[in-house]
Amino acid sequence: MLSPEGQPSLKVRRAGGIRRRLRLLPVLPSVLLLALFLLAPVAWSFYASFTDVALSGKAAREPAWIGLDNYARMFGEPGFPLALWLTVVFVGASAIAGQNILGLALALLMSRGNRALSRAVGVTVVAAWVLPEIVAAFAAYAYFSRDGTLNQLLGLAGVHGADWLYAFPMAAVVLANIWRGTAFSMLVYRAALADVPADIMEAALMDGAGGRQRLFFITLPMIRNSIAGNLMLITLQTLAVFTLIWVMTAGGPAGASTTLPVLAYQEAFKFGDIGYGTAVASVLIVVGMVFGVFYVRLLREAKQ
Amino acid sequence: MLAAFALLGLSACSPAAPQGPETKTLKVVYQKTDSYTALDDVLKAAKAEFEAANKGVTVELEPIQANDDDYGTKLALSQRSAETAPDVFYEDTFKVRSDVDAGYLLKLDSYLASWAEWGSFTDAAKAAGRADDGGIYAVPLGTDTRAIWYNKTVLQKAGIAVPWQPRTWDDILEAARKMKAADPTLVPFNMYAGKATGEGTVMQGFYQLLYGTGSTLYDEQEKKWVVGSQGFTDSLQFLKTLYDEKLAVTPAEALDANVWKRVFGEWLPKGRMGATVEGSYTPSFWQKGGAYEWPGYAKDMGVAMFPTQHGRAPGGVSMSGGWTLAIGAKTENPDLAFTFLSTALNRKNALSFDVANSQIAVRSDVAADPGYQAANPFVKDVSALVSVTHFRPATADYPRISSAVQEATEAVITGKQDPAEAAASYDAAVKRIVGGDKVIEK
Repeated sequence: MLSPEGQPSLKVRRAGGIRRRLRLLPVLPSVLLLALFLLAPVAWSFYASFTDVALSGKAAREPAWIGLDNYARMFGEPGFPLALWLTVVFVGASAIAGQNILGLALALLMSRGNRALSRAVGVTVVAAWVLPEIVAAFAAYAYFSRDGTLNQLLGLAGVHGADWLYAFPMAAVVLANIWRGTAFSMLVYRAALADVPADIMEAALMDGAGGRQRLFFITLPMIRNSIAGNLMLITLQTLAVFTLIWVMTAGGPAGASTTLPVLAYQEAFKFGDIGYGTAVASVLIVVGMVFGVFYVRLLREAKQ
Repeated sequence: MLAAFALLGLSACSPAAPQGPETKTLKVVYQKTDSYTALDDVLKAAKAEFEAANKGVTVELEPIQANDDDYGTKLALSQRSAETAPDVFYEDTFKVRSDVDAGYLLKLDSYLASWAEWGSFTDAAKAAGRADDGGIYAVPLGTDTRAIWYNKTVLQKAGIAVPWQPRTWDDILEAARKMKAADPTLVPFNMYAGKATGEGTVMQGFYQLLYGTGSTLYDEQEKKWVVGSQGFTDSLQFLKTLYDEKLAVTPAEALDANVWKRVFGEWLPKGRMGATVEGSYTPSFWQKGGAYEWPGYAKDMGVAMFPTQHGRAPGGVSMSGGWTLAIGAKTENPDLAFTFLSTALNRKNALSFDVANSQIAVRSDVAADPGYQAANPFVKDVSALVSVTHFRPATADYPRISSAVQEATEAVITGKQDPAEAAASYDAAVKRIVGGDKVIEK
């Protein structure tokens, strides 16, 4: 998936119209399923974001079309710009910087480190990734909470720890997401590094290239495809993170860790304002699409 | 894949199949948690009673295990479609009007007219289920009041005479500071705040303050929401003082949705908390069979009326709410549903619910029952608060206004906004929710 290849088949072009359509037949069920379970809810969500549909009250029975009111409201309220900013911070710090760079660093170290050690590190890192999201979220909560593991360890050292989830909610959820997601980047980069031909490295070594030069001029350009692909996947994954934040801080205190998915949930299901909640969700989809287009372009450039 | 479809088909058909003329099912949805099983017990008893009297009808009890907020959300989601909507369900009084507007509740007037026992419900109880059109849509299980619950031992250690009855807000602060001085590790006086505790924040917190300032949330005569009131800012300021001086729980603890479990289960029984504002149902947690059994509560705890700001008449404040049973507007068997509802609310079941859950009875025959009066030592005290109690504005917009109030308290106790700023944000939110023509400056 990360290094797509393959030539467009000429036979397909030559085939007649009916035959071509027949060849699409096996794909039809999955297309229908996708449309039914994926596209339809997304389309409904877009539609609902232009209405005042609510969980209760008159608007639940006969929702009215209110045009762009929900979107106008977003920018009039401090809650939305803050959530948008926190989402960017969360994705930037925990995915693009944290998981991506840490994953690459681990993969590089493991490729030259001692075997037993790298295997032990690998198992440790992947363990967090193997945990179901809710379990990982509870583990992170138990670690950062007031009477949690971190503060107990600090207590042993004689330091009185802060109430991390309350005092530094964003830092806590960012660290938790790095812990949980780094394994994915690490695995992707390990596979990519294994594909870098040894003879090119040797040649560079012969030419007297230092470690840093080899990394920046040979390794990174050669795995550029994987970097772009990995960035796209972890960005989209992190944009959608809900459980982790909801369990750890529930978006609080006073909205200090409310990212867009948390805001959308709160508006739609806690405050019963489904119209506004779906409008927030629609913005989230657009943000995801912007990132997606950006990375697809990056991939295309990488191929040329 | 085909197999998957076949399975889907099967599971979709099976509940519908036995719905012949002979066998009918009633779906009953209600709340049940680790610390709230009183309703579950009563509905199980009602199910046995009802099924014995109505052969061929099965009652499916579907408890939802969630806190009040999430229960409300889940219930509302299920009511959006006729296939998932329950026939009979447990409904908070403050949501009745809003849900009637949404078309979720069945009008009960014609059924109540032929129900002999309806006459034994108090007038206030009858009004609890009334909607804007004058019709009655829900029947209450019980009601409640709010008071200050204090640990006598903690107060005495700080040199405060019991029984304690503060006359003004300053009396509360003074007593709390004394307790803090006597033992800095204590939580002297707790009032909930923030979004996590939901309606608890406003019922057992903010409204006790607001309704004692002479201000109000909603002007019943003008039918308008009050904005820009000094009372609102003063109430936020009181919370700020309480939290800033560390007289209440820490803001971090207040923003934990389970904080009330520690109040009932840990801090008060262990003498780590001086006092808290809580509902008349408080003994239900401590009495035998409760979630946090504490045999000593009758001796160690005392009840005081929450005072008004400066002690003005009537000298105290309380808030009342309560839960009801209602029937889904989309039910296919309204007659059976009402029969079940009236079974669940008959004298015997209402009595056992009111005793087990420490509710204030809404049926006069239950209120007169010696078993009810002896249920716990505080029945008389909390029932007396009915004379100073207030009800939440019963309008369809109320649930969203309440969220805005909760948000204001959270902004203040976390220091994100000062009371004046938070009050201004609240005013803006109210105007947005109800429209500029439905607010009044006071």
